[in-house]
Amino acid sequence: MSVDPETVKRIARLARIRVDQDELAGFAAELNGILGFIEQLASVPVDQVPAMTSGVDLALPWRADQVTDGGNPEIVLANAPGRMEGFYTVPKVVE
Amino acid sequence: MNALIDGTNGPWEMVIGLEVHAQVTSEAKLFSGAATAFGAPPNTQVSLVDAGFPGMLPVINARCVAQAVRTGLGLKATINHHSVFDRKNYFYADLPQGYQISQYLQPIVGKGSLILDMPDGSSREIGITRLHLEQDAGKSLHDQHPSLSFIDLNRSGIALMEIVSEPDMRTAEEAGLYLTKLRAILRYLGTCDGNMEEGSMRADVNVSVRRPGDAFGTRCEIKNVNSIRFVKQAIEYEARRQIAILEDGGTIHQETRLYDAGKGVTRSMRSKEDAHDYRYFPDPDLLPLVLEPAWVEALKADLPELPDEKKARLIADYGLKPYDAWVLVAEREQAAFFEAVARGRDARLAASWVMGDFFAMLNRLGKTVTDSPVSADALGGLLDLIADNTLSGRLAKEVFEAMIETGQPAAAIVEERGLRQVTDSGAIAGAIDAVLTRNADKVAEYRAGKDKLFGFFVGQVMKATAGKANPAAVNELLKARLG
Amino acid sequence: MSALTALTLAEARDGLHARQFSATELTAAHVAAIEAARPLNAFITETAERALDAAAAADQRLGRGEGGALEGLPLAIKDLFCTRGVATTAGSRILDGFVPTYESTVTARLWAAGAVLLGKLNLDEFAMGSSTESSCFGTTINPWRRAGDATPLVAGGSSGGSSAAVAAGLCLGATGTDTGGSIRQPAAFTGIVGLKPSYGRCSRFGIVAFASSLDQAGPMTRTVRDAAILLGTMAGHDPQDSTSVPAPVPDYEAALTGDVRGLRIGVPREYRVDGMAPEIETLWQQGVAWLKAAGATIVEVSLPHTHHALPAYYIVAPAEASSNLARYDGVRFGLRVPGGTLDEMYENTRGAGFGREVKRRILIGTYVLSHGYYDAYYLRAQKLRSLIAGDFAQAFAAVDAILTPTTPSPAFALGENSDDPVAMYLNDVFTVTANLAGLPALSVPAGRAANGLPLGLQLIGRAFDEARLLNIGYALEQAAGPAPKPARWWEAA
Repeated sequence: MSVDPETVKRIARLARIRVDQDELAGFAAELNGILGFIEQLASVPVDQVPAMTSGVDLALPWRADQVTDGGNPEIVLANAPGRMEGFYTVPKVVE
Repeated sequence: MNALIDGTNGPWEMVIGLEVHAQVTSEAKLFSGAATAFGAPPNTQVSLVDAGFPGMLPVINARCVAQAVRTGLGLKATINHHSVFDRKNYFYADLPQGYQISQYLQPIVGKGSLILDMPDGSSREIGITRLHLEQDAGKSLHDQHPSLSFIDLNRSGIALMEIVSEPDMRTAEEAGLYLTKLRAILRYLGTCDGNMEEGSMRADVNVSVRRPGDAFGTRCEIKNVNSIRFVKQAIEYEARRQIAILEDGGTIHQETRLYDAGKGVTRSMRSKEDAHDYRYFPDPDLLPLVLEPAWVEALKADLPELPDEKKARLIADYGLKPYDAWVLVAEREQAAFFEAVARGRDARLAASWVMGDFFAMLNRLGKTVTDSPVSADALGGLLDLIADNTLSGRLAKEVFEAMIETGQPAAAIVEERGLRQVTDSGAIAGAIDAVLTRNADKVAEYRAGKDKLFGFFVGQVMKATAGKANPAAVNELLKARLG
Repeated sequence: MSALTALTLAEARDGLHARQFSATELTAAHVAAIEAARPLNAFITETAERALDAAAAADQRLGRGEGGALEGLPLAIKDLFCTRGVATTAGSRILDGFVPTYESTVTARLWAAGAVLLGKLNLDEFAMGSSTESSCFGTTINPWRRAGDATPLVAGGSSGGSSAAVAAGLCLGATGTDTGGSIRQPAAFTGIVGLKPSYGRCSRFGIVAFASSLDQAGPMTRTVRDAAILLGTMAGHDPQDSTSVPAPVPDYEAALTGDVRGLRIGVPREYRVDGMAPEIETLWQQGVAWLKAAGATIVEVSLPHTHHALPAYYIVAPAEASSNLARYDGVRFGLRVPGGTLDEMYENTRGAGFGREVKRRILIGTYVLSHGYYDAYYLRAQKLRSLIAGDFAQAFAAVDAILTPTTPSPAFALGENSDDPVAMYLNDVFTVTANLAGLPALSVPAGRAANGLPLGLQLIGRAFDEARLLNIGYALEQAAGPAPKPARWWEAA
């Protein structure tokens, strides 16, 4: 599998990273280098192998249904680049 | 109910499936300890986890898990003892992490079913595909500022159950009944308050049309419809829109649409058309959700009586008609009210009063069973006075009106206003004699064969007794005297 | 250089308790060393004032005979741990201006034990790299130089600020994080000890996430004993991290007997990679000889899926990172670059805020998770993870620990590997396996290359067997003799 500049553009868009037209080829070459390297996995037979999704083999721990957090908007708003009247603000979204 | 829509050259059939997002009833959010109450000032119920700050991690709320399992049990569904949380990746201003934690390939609840209670008394089974747990997003307000949208994360991270049906519904009416029934089940279970106005229950509606017997057509998804009425309207509109396109020789494009309740139309949501690729993968911050079979069994043993069982019991115990039983069962409080009234009394009389005068009164006053001016005990007291012949049906209605106005028990009103019905045959006979004497000419006509004058005599006797005479006794004695 | 900055953490602790010097003196000596070492570019943020305040408070507690396990000991923190009131950057422009209102669990435990924060240490941007060259604050310079050669060398990465600061005596110990080797490789490059604990041993809460299923915090120190002491405070169950394991924390320091008699040490044949420097092979044999001499039994073991580990890692880590880094969107914290629409604002912010290596990994991660590729890449990589973990499980049925080199080469020069991402990734070839399998792994300084640069040996242990791993490391450390220290060229600069 190989990545062309058009694909770079599409995934950059999915990842919301601005990549200018003149950068596309460079990224494509780098990504192809990496993909070429990871391509070797295709040869390993893994049909019967379970996927390992975590570094620990445990079940999810649960917490009690208690309100222990929130109630302090300043803690969550303190770092906001845009805020007004207790809200975060972003460029207007038109639906 | 005619399931088909007439087209210009033959009938069409609608195919409808629903994805309902039901907010789980819990104190705290699915993965954080922030509160879930509705209507708090902006960003006051937000933890750093809900706001997606660097290094913040999710920890699951046990009650939300239990609520999902209880709902699954209520839908007679398979409970998956091993399920997995995945990340659904997309960017939006009210999605702070840049992904929603949801369940994709391995949901907590698998296949189940839901019974529709049709108005003709029949039932229809709708398949449930799955139920999974996921986080809600925050809220964007677009009308507060000329160039900015405002973001409130209070809702961000609240637990939702997404309940997906099979495409088993064929009319807008059925979709409405499905939502009503699902809402009733959730409310019986206490797993969701079912409040569509506050957004606790929202529906995504999948609609397609086809010629009867054909394969499914291409569907459109109408997102986030927030009332049963709007769901029905949106389906009707959308089906007709699709039929018009197809009959014009066009094709339907699979897309996401929005229902504009003001205009009564659906329209395309272009923002969602942007090739979404959610890149699901198991959330590495969470481990598999494992349920102990004994724990699930304990939840099952502890379930309340659900609408279907209650309906069956009302039919069996009280001899109700299936649809009447469903009407009562639709709201748990209503069924409880009925049972309180009917217990130890004539069930048919109780049903006719509860669903007749009592519901009519609630409707008129815009009240519900829970804030009714007449309690179940009070209504039962009234029924007792009918049963022991203190009141006729007619008098009972008068007493009932007085009960609504004064809040007094029936017996007190009867005493105070002297509304006790007259059953003493001597007193009734006296009144009859007086009426017959006064109307000798009509007696002659009656005896000459003008049968329908009988009603006139009854009326006159009732009038003479100020309506208090027992109608059955009046009939009997009159017949004997005129005989 | 002050005598106080030459102390080990254990020596400093004992000296404080014996009232040989005060915490204030100890901290002031380190503050001075940090100021003198600015040419190394080890720190992103220095917190001298806060450190001296904390030291004074520690002196009070020590004076009352109170104080925690780390009372008055000055440490520095990789700038990936969120610290309340102190800017946290992850080495990235995108966190410009971000001052956490919260504290990571690991650092909170350190402060609760009385440790003193000297400042925040440089790293590769979002811990993605093996040289700190991807930091937006510039590259950290290795205190070590090749013999007779002033060419600046990298201090490794991603915890290169940590390794340089510890090696140069700017702090008694530092925290690092290790996703594919980010504690052990810089430790090896700078001649210090670095421990990546078992996955789930230290809480990840409050640490900027890179790849959640692999990330693990650990200590970086000048001795094995110091690592044992720091781990004892850093480790422990945290209910705020669902992947944190509720296992008791043993007394790691007490486990350091140096007695390895009867232990079985595995040597995996698959770690003899092509192109490995002969001096690395020699070092490895030396390690085998030391442990044998100390009474351990050496057993050849096979880890047959080893050569798939690096490609599997370079699927899993970028995939998780692409999702973990989605929250840096200019809405709630950090950099915002305006745009006409919400999407433009996102693209401008993330385009300007992330550096090249981070973008590259986000793009690869996005690609391997995207529709139609999931099974071929991500799922397959997770299955290989199972096979790699299975290899270790089989090996650990026969041995107590596994000995390998930490890196295939000593520290390299700035810019030497930066043209080819894949060449840079090969630095992790011996270290990623432990991350994929969730196992603890320790790098111990164990000799020098011909050009005088330090080299490290790696010990990999069973999950949650850090105590034994540290003890074997201690035996290696004793056999290797006192670790040399770099010449303090920067103080003249």
